[in-house]
Amino acid sequence: MLFDMAAHAQEHGASTGTDPSLFPEEGPQTQSEVGAHAEGGHNAFPPMDPTYFPSQLLWLAVTFGVFYWVLKNVLVPRVGGILENRRDRIAIDLEAAERAKQEADEAEAAYQQELTEARDRAHAIAQDARNEARREGDAQRSKLEAELDGRLDEARERIALAKSNAMNEMDGLATDVAETILRDVVKIDVSRDEVASAVAETRR
Amino acid sequence: MATNPTDPIHQFDVFPLVPIQIGGLDFSFTNSSLFMLATAGLSAGFIYYSTRGRGLVPGRLQSMTELTYEFTANMLREAAGTAGMRFFPFVFSIFTFVLVANLIGMFPYFFTVTSHIIVTFALAMVVMSVVVGYGIAKHGGSWFKVFIPSGVPAAILPFVVLIEIISFLSRPVSLSVRLFANMLAGHITLKVFAGFVVTLSSLGAVGVIGSILPLLMAVAITALEFLVAFLQAYVFAVLTCMYLNDAVHPHH
Repeated sequence: MLFDMAAHAQEHGASTGTDPSLFPEEGPQTQSEVGAHAEGGHNAFPPMDPTYFPSQLLWLAVTFGVFYWVLKNVLVPRVGGILENRRDRIAIDLEAAERAKQEADEAEAAYQQELTEARDRAHAIAQDARNEARREGDAQRSKLEAELDGRLDEARERIALAKSNAMNEMDGLATDVAETILRDVVKIDVSRDEVASAVAETRR
Repeated sequence: MATNPTDPIHQFDVFPLVPIQIGGLDFSFTNSSLFMLATAGLSAGFIYYSTRGRGLVPGRLQSMTELTYEFTANMLREAAGTAGMRFFPFVFSIFTFVLVANLIGMFPYFFTVTSHIIVTFALAMVVMSVVVGYGIAKHGGSWFKVFIPSGVPAAILPFVVLIEIISFLSRPVSLSVRLFANMLAGHITLKVFAGFVVTLSSLGAVGVIGSILPLLMAVAITALEFLVAFLQAYVFAVLTCMYLNDAVHPHH
């Protein structure tokens, strides 16, 4: 159509070339010229030649009609389905990502809570151990103190006993000494009971 | 058909491949019919093939299909709102059909379906029929309020309504002529520059040197024409969306 060029074309190419190039669609010159040149054909400008109007209309109706039908019933639903499918798929994927993110956040929160709880528990255990140790220490100390107190009291009792024993022995000794002196030195015969009562009187 | 290879109009010739005559009318299967078939087959085939894997992660071809799909969907949603999305298969077919027809036409020796006024006009009339048909079916007689803009003083209202009706009636014309004229003009320009190259290069050494400039022009215009091919398909689809908005929301 564009470059169908044969060798023997000079005169016509030059003459027909200039006119339509200026105003191709504006046509009295072109039309007259083509009309003059057309041989054995139709004396009309081909793009406007009514000879084949019925044919053009019929075949346009057939081809465009079938094309429209195929597009409407097969191809548009097909392409539309592909696009819809993709949109749905993207929406679903986004939703899944959103859900996964939410789950991760929840897991993070649960982890943090567990960590806090564990820390609290560890704290409590340490506190308990400390208290227990203190209580045990206190108990041991009080027991030791009680034992020491008991021994102290015992010792005190023993001392008191020894002291009273010694005192009693001293009474007897003093009575003996006084009786002996009175009988052997002073030669006064006195009864032992009198001497003992006298010693007790002196000691008082 | 034509005898002159550098004739820039020759590329638009329609000739029958399988002659069919019914009731005195010529319904022949022509080269134009062949390229309509190729356009529809190629577009539908590409969409079907590119989405065969139904990949969650699209490949290159599937990306192209998906981008076109979403591009058209956004275009329609912006122009006609969610209520207009019921027309999505229609707008998508129009856009892909026109775009692929334009792009196929860019191949040398190929026929450009959209360079024929009857084809673009028929597409435009389909759009307008859908607008009027759906508008009346959905809103009944109140759909005609689309011609009565709100907030216009009563004194000039008849005048404004007349303008609105004329503008509405001229829509299919402007819609079809815009596409048709763009494709036609582009292909003629391209062919003219290509013709210069042939003509000049047959004039000897000087001519060959002189033909470099039109060759560069032809290359540049080819690039431009690819842009135009896409742009015109886009414009056609956008205007279709805006007209469909009138069918869905007649009270503006």
